Amino acid sequence: MECVTICPSDIMHIDPAQGRAYNVEPQMCWECCACVKACPEAAIEIRGYADFAPMNHSVQPTRTDTHITWKIRMRGGDLKEFTFPIRTTKWGSIAAPQEAPEPPAEARAGELLSFEPDYLAVEALPTLARKPSAP
Amino acid sequence: MTDPSPDPETHTIDCDILIVGGGFAGCGAAYEARYWGRDLKIVVAEKAAIERSGAVAQGLSAINCYMGMRWNENQPEDFVRYVRNDLMGLSREDLVYDLARHVDSTVHMFEEWGLPIFTDPVTGRYVREGRWQIMIHGESYKPIIAEATRKAASEVYERIMVTHLLPDAKDPNRVAGAIGFSVRDGSFYLFRAKAVIVAAAGASHIYRPRSAGEGSGRTWYPPWASGSAYALLIPMGAEMTQMENRLVVTRFKDGYGPVGAWFLLLKATATNATGEHYEAARLPELRERVGAYADAKPMPTCLRNHLMLQEILAGRGPILMHTEKVLDTPEKESIGWEDFLNMTIGQAVTWASQGIEPKTTPSELILSEPYVMGSHAVCAGAWASGPADVGADDYHWGYNRMTTVQGLFGAGDTIGGSAHKFSSGSYSEGRLAGKSAVAFVRDHPGAPTVAPERVSELKAEVFRPVRNWQTERLNVTTGTVYPEVLFPDQGLNRLEKIMDEYGGGVSANYSTNKPLLERGLAHMESLRVDLDHLGARDLHQLQRAWELHHRWWTAEAVLRHTLFREETRWPGYYYRADFPHVDDEQWKCFVNSVYDPRTGEWRLFKRPYRPLF
Ligand SMILES: Cc1cc2nc3c(=O)[nH]c(=O)nc-3n(C[C@H](O)[C@H](O)[C@H](O)COP(=O)(O)OP(=O)(O)OC[C@H]3O[C@@H](n4cnc5c(N)ncnc54)[C@H](O)[C@@H]3O)c2cc1C
Ligand code: SF4
Ligand code: SF4
Repeated sequence: MECVTICPSDIMHIDPAQGRAYNVEPQMCWECCACVKACPEAAIEIRGYADFAPMNHSVQPTRTDTHITWKIRMRGGDLKEFTFPIRTTKWGSIAAPQEAPEPPAEARAGELLSFEPDYLAVEALPTLARKPSAP
Repeated sequence: MTDPSPDPETHTIDCDILIVGGGFAGCGAAYEARYWGRDLKIVVAEKAAIERSGAVAQGLSAINCYMGMRWNENQPEDFVRYVRNDLMGLSREDLVYDLARHVDSTVHMFEEWGLPIFTDPVTGRYVREGRWQIMIHGESYKPIIAEATRKAASEVYERIMVTHLLPDAKDPNRVAGAIGFSVRDGSFYLFRAKAVIVAAAGASHIYRPRSAGEGSGRTWYPPWASGSAYALLIPMGAEMTQMENRLVVTRFKDGYGPVGAWFLLLKATATNATGEHYEAARLPELRERVGAYADAKPMPTCLRNHLMLQEILAGRGPILMHTEKVLDTPEKESIGWEDFLNMTIGQAVTWASQGIEPKTTPSELILSEPYVMGSHAVCAGAWASGPADVGADDYHWGYNRMTTVQGLFGAGDTIGGSAHKFSSGSYSEGRLAGKSAVAFVRDHPGAPTVAPERVSELKAEVFRPVRNWQTERLNVTTGTVYPEVLFPDQGLNRLEKIMDEYGGGVSANYSTNKPLLERGLAHMESLRVDLDHLGARDLHQLQRAWELHHRWWTAEAVLRHTLFREETRWPGYYYRADFPHVDDEQWKCFVNSVYDPRTGEWRLFKRPYRPLF
């Protein structure tokens, strides 16, 4: 059901008769592969939109915690494979903003956002003198 | 499957801040609101699942807005000049400046969270794709951002299609919350909130796409971008700006793969069918049309579109991107493929299916159908208050990024006049709105008043398509022909056809004029009336029905703004054939509109453009 949970277009549904997932509205599918990446059984393959993509090709991702690998089969038979990193830290490791000390009340009115100016990596937030409106 | 109920149970959620849409802007809003508002109840309502929702569902290959102030690569003023230029002179420069000065801190935070950014091993700096863009391995960009949001928000309600905002019963110019329904169990949701941040994104499928049938999912902006950002705001009476400034993008043909990395990083060039570098060749003609804007460096996005369109209309297509001339190493080949696999998988599929080997074969470019949005090279959206310390006095009337409705904030595609935000800028603007919303809630601690009668009325309206279907289901002629029912896909086709033919879509070569726009508005009015006959067999169709309503509002605003601006400010985005020139004297100003929810009338007017320097 991961595909049903994740599809941003809400078009992966379970067919109760067949007991399996299918795309209920291919004309609203972005070929984003969110469903393919999420399926624990590697059960989903996409093919290009039949209206303009010739047959006999495939583009298939496999995603781990650190990398994604794409296997591409070109029409004509050539194969390609690419692997790219997806994250440099452990999943779940991001610190929540409320873990930082609470900012002083007077900071609320200023222009600085959380962790600025430190995270800007410059001394101060740039500003310009206010410009009055033309008459 | 059991039929959805036309009168399901209601869940009521009381919160301090409601964020509608957990995309880039919404995620930034949740994070920042929590930082400043430790004790507040901060709720996100999202129609999909935040790990893969919005425009970044596939991932991205670049962060398109980064100053690099720490290496003195750019200062916010430089960015203002760039955006001013790209938008043919018109932007809310206070908003643009404000975004630019904060965006670096957002990107540094993303890197710390684990987003892989290309770094030069020698200089230690981020690898630049272009002056404002940096390269990332961004397949997991959205899940990383979502992780921080889940930790920051009090609750994230997913698969909730938000349909309407609620005005305060005592003060119609103040927001009191929002309503929607669960696309999973069909229940009704009432959110009562002291402040609302709308981050529900722009729109595809306003105009008929180039691709047909199954392929119509292949729009550049995702098919789920339904213009909710605008449709939630307009009926509340929020002032809108630049809704005529809609986006047409130059993309790889059919797959809609972006061209940025190819032009900027890999230094590929485009020619017409005869091998001519047409942009340089047509410069004198362009000067005649738009004057000094033709020589602006870099050339404004719309003008580059314009030149390509002229080539195609003159029969000198196809336009070719010469990928074969630049992929001379395995690293570059890998960068070229990754660029698409990370953000437009459909383009990699197009290459694979057509057997196009980019190392040896050039690819066709094309101009897309128009989209309505505010974070790319266009800036449709709400008129919002700017920061307290920068900009003209009449651009600042309260809290930063608050619309003209009290307590109603926006970010990302929602906020108009401020183009080139992209992912990092939308997130940063969400942070700005999040901080301001906290300040608003502290200054206005009282609970909003929501009239129960109004909620019941709206609830009946939300489920009307379910009722329509259930009363009409036996009244069938054949197949999908139910004479008294309009199904969402049928209504969408109608909307797209109206916009395409009257509002300057692909089939009209982006041209329109006063009589066409007036005809278009008449067709839109009959469509509006017919939306009362929308039918939904199931909850998925009910979501589509409300997306269609939202697209209708967006499209209506586009037509009205386009009609009001009697010039062609952005050739290449659209043409007012009856006013073909840039007219700085009359129209170097914003076109704004306000819809009056009591009378149903639209008011259009000009607002002055005020340069920051
Ligand atoms: C193909 C493509 C390539 C791009 N390339 C780049 C790039 O290389 N670099 C870059 O920086 N930027 C890029 N962008 C732009 C960037 O993705 C956007 O500017 C940014 O995502 C806009 O943020 P947003 O929050 O306004 O919208 P989104 O991120 O789209 O978020 C909107 C959210 O609102 C939700 N929503 C919508 N309607 C409702 C509703 N009625 N009820 C509840 N929830 C709702 C959506 O599900 C979504 O989660 C690209 C975009 C696309 C489509
Ligand atoms: S590829 Fe299509 S079906 Fe799969 S998640 Fe994306 S939009 Fe949904
Ligand atoms: S196994 Fe895969 S395709 Fe089947 S329901 Fe689960 S996620 Fe979907």
